[in-house]
Amino acid sequence: MTLPFSVPRCLRGEAFVLLFLFALICPAQQPTTGTKPWQKIPVPPLHTFHPREPLRVELPNGLVILLMEDHELPLIDGALRIRGGSREEPAAKAGMLDLYPDAWRTGGTKARTGDQMDDQLEMKAARIEAGSSQDSTSLSWSSLKEDFDFVLDEVVDLLRHPEFRQEKIDLAKEQMAGAIARRNDDVDEILRRESTRIAYGPDNPYSHVPEFSTVAAITREDLLAWHQRTVSPNNIVLGVSGDFDPKIMEQKLRAAFGGMPKGKPFPKTEITFRDPAPGVYFIEKEDVNQSGIAMLHLGIDRHNPDYFAITVLNELFGGGISSRLFSNVRTKDALAYSVGGGVGTAYDHLGLFRLSMSTRSGATAKAIDALNREIAALLKSGVTPVEVQTAKDSILNSFIFAFDSSDKVLAERMSYEFYGYPANFLDQFRAGVEKVTASDVDRVARKYIHPDKIAVVVVGHAPDFDRPLATLGKVKTIDISIPKR
Amino acid sequence: MRKLILFLTLAATAAAQDIASFEKRITVKTLPNGLTIVLMERPEAPVFSFMTHVDAGSAQENVGNTGLAHMFEHMAFKGTDTIGTRDYAAESVALKKVDATYAAYQAENEKVTERDPARVALLEKAWQQAIAEADQYVVDNEFGQIIESQGGEGLNASTNLDETSYNYSLPENRFELWAYLESERFLHPVMRQFYKERDVVYEERRSRTDSNPQGRLLEQFLSAAYTAHPYGRPVTGWPSDLKAFSAVDAMNFFHKYYVPSDIVITVVGDIKPAQAMPVIEKYFNRIAPAPAPEPLRTKEPPQKALRTVVLHEQSQPVYIEGYHRPDYTDPDDAVYDLLSDLMSKGRTSRLYRALVRDRKIALSAEGGSFPGNKYPNLFFFFALPAEGHTAQELAGPIHEEIEKLKTQDVTDDELRSVKVRARADLVRGLADNEGLALQLCQAQARYGDWRELFRQIDRIEKVTKADIRRVANATFTKDNRTVGMIETSKEAAAKGEQKQ
Repeated sequence: MTLPFSVPRCLRGEAFVLLFLFALICPAQQPTTGTKPWQKIPVPPLHTFHPREPLRVELPNGLVILLMEDHELPLIDGALRIRGGSREEPAAKAGMLDLYPDAWRTGGTKARTGDQMDDQLEMKAARIEAGSSQDSTSLSWSSLKEDFDFVLDEVVDLLRHPEFRQEKIDLAKEQMAGAIARRNDDVDEILRRESTRIAYGPDNPYSHVPEFSTVAAITREDLLAWHQRTVSPNNIVLGVSGDFDPKIMEQKLRAAFGGMPKGKPFPKTEITFRDPAPGVYFIEKEDVNQSGIAMLHLGIDRHNPDYFAITVLNELFGGGISSRLFSNVRTKDALAYSVGGGVGTAYDHLGLFRLSMSTRSGATAKAIDALNREIAALLKSGVTPVEVQTAKDSILNSFIFAFDSSDKVLAERMSYEFYGYPANFLDQFRAGVEKVTASDVDRVARKYIHPDKIAVVVVGHAPDFDRPLATLGKVKTIDISIPKR
Repeated sequence: MRKLILFLTLAATAAAQDIASFEKRITVKTLPNGLTIVLMERPEAPVFSFMTHVDAGSAQENVGNTGLAHMFEHMAFKGTDTIGTRDYAAESVALKKVDATYAAYQAENEKVTERDPARVALLEKAWQQAIAEADQYVVDNEFGQIIESQGGEGLNASTNLDETSYNYSLPENRFELWAYLESERFLHPVMRQFYKERDVVYEERRSRTDSNPQGRLLEQFLSAAYTAHPYGRPVTGWPSDLKAFSAVDAMNFFHKYYVPSDIVITVVGDIKPAQAMPVIEKYFNRIAPAPAPEPLRTKEPPQKALRTVVLHEQSQPVYIEGYHRPDYTDPDDAVYDLLSDLMSKGRTSRLYRALVRDRKIALSAEGGSFPGNKYPNLFFFFALPAEGHTAQELAGPIHEEIEKLKTQDVTDDELRSVKVRARADLVRGLADNEGLALQLCQAQARYGDWRELFRQIDRIEKVTKADIRRVANATFTKDNRTVGMIETSKEAAAKGEQKQ
């Protein structure tokens, strides 16, 4: 963000560079005209605000560094985000990217075992942890500022000389086996996993599920090869925040990472997306008195120009307390404690349109009827300008919470770097939402929500249901029993 | 931007120095009605966060009304006499009718003898009709909608056995609006849509407890560990009570326990105490003073025998055991904090290394204190067996680790490491408005002084190796132990796996 925040134009009548602050300070609905007591309370202009801007440095080897100075606490935190994640693992080795970060960190370096590293870090109340997601792996750390140099050395060593000791690979595999054995114990976990698999299709890399056999197939060589393939400076975004002098920090990081040779850019995986086969999918679970329900098909990515209208739609339909799903299905129908959802938006691939809720077994069909009713009403009767204004106010007035701390600003900027979005994407977001009208919301609702494409997934105890699921459509029963070890 | 000067060296004066740096930015005031306000100026960004802490939780409920503290928390989102209604004069008449018809229905329905099913059905219909009449005046969720549309972030509340708290964040220019909304919430609460919300809360119980194997285990475990004290009861309430208590019961609970002298509010963010305090006083001092409720009288009698509950479930096994320990005011409270860290924190912790890394019989293992801390509570050990191991198999290795605590001194490195971490973890919790509001609020509410947040680190610093052995020997005895296990039933195990 370019953020020389200043006194807003609405107050002093001068040119105003940053459109998005305008609404923050002069919201479309100033609560001064209403008749209710709360509407008579003045809302003065917001204090001027100059969020810190991270310093961006790009090394000759391609490493992008973002530095965020923040002296409030005597801590320094850092994170490396590395391209390549679970969507790129072979199906026959599903779980490799869950295993990798664990084995990487606990497996230690050539010089030091992971256990020795743990002992030294804990004595300093410092930590280094590895992680992974669908599209990346990460190495992050946190320490008191006086321990930064020590921790950075360890981080660089882990990055460049990981050992992946076999005993820690074996331990991590046992941990994964334990998680696989437990994966059918909790309704929410079953619903999340199986509904994603149904929506994307079993062969889509976004729905890979590790099995005992796929985890057993992973070798130390696989992990080393993955590390070799992904850990190149030109595939990494590094963010550091905390109590430091940026000039000195830049020198330290140049010295630490500048010597890494440039590698092959990690290729973007091309994945084909198809909507699920519509219908009802049922998973039996005997030991519950509440059903988990999800309704899904494909969503959009954030490059889509309709992203802003979708954001307003999601807020209005399945977002907070004022949303339709909360007010109608929870408050009025009393069918759920948790209910919500919307059109999913991912940075670089299609997310999922997903509504989910849980309801007592004896109201399962009624709850699905209620969700269908809400979708039908949205598509048929559309939204009201008041609803749209409330949703926009909610998004725009709380917009400041997207950048009210240096950590949040840094995290946003790292995401934009990683996915190739413009650095001022937040400004674009703010301006985009501001322009959304009720007819935009109606248009995108009809464009991106398709009742005829929806897969309905139900996890529950069928004998207790209010109606057989067959009354809702063709039912396919899904067997989730776990293939033997 | 200002800098918080926090001293991370472990000098004995550390707490005093941290307190001095915070004192410059913190203002405390007890309003004439007894309500305590803690304000902290933190102008990092033009926003603020608050926490309202009410010193009443599920432990304050009577038998028959379990779940009521949590139920009232839900009702505190339903609005007031001016928010959430189309016509309060008419609505309040309609709500009185709901109360009356529900009381009549309940009286007949709960009859042990001479219960007339036809009359019950008739009275239930009258009650449902009264609800429908009252509902026509409701503006659904207007209270939450105002907060959200004004930029509210993280709107939430929570109830536990000890306390009820409410929190969210707003842009700083909505400070006066916040003071109005948050005070109105407790000045003029209205029990609209009570019985529908009771059904919503029942769904919450199904999610957390009835349909969740670990939830089922914990409910059974706690009710075995406590015979007298209310810590043995579920926060969401027993099913019978959750289906029976009334809007009148909820208001009675509110009037008795939501008294200003038992409420602490902290606000942290871009506020100037000199300007903010008068605004707060203007709105919150409208709440009438009231006598504090009598303290909870019942104390859990000493446990005299091992208690064990075993659930035979379809799910994978789980192991928990707990030992009665004193409350947070006990001089040994810091010893228990240190024990929790030593046994559980990270990959250097004793339970991880012994059970997970070396013996490979657990996926995870931890120890700590729960289910509250205001009253004598439990020090627990909780572990998930690794694949192919039973819950029972974990008991021996856990007891070996306990035995080491009793018979051998912890090492110098362990003691040092735990103490350094306690301090660093405190600092990490001070990094944002929400975390500060929460921690200052809890310290102020528990001890009557937010400075205890820092002093508790000094208390941990003073713990010795001998303290650890002494407390372990006094606490971890067989007669003081309650064990809870989920064992996987054989037919479930056979069913859950595919034949190859």
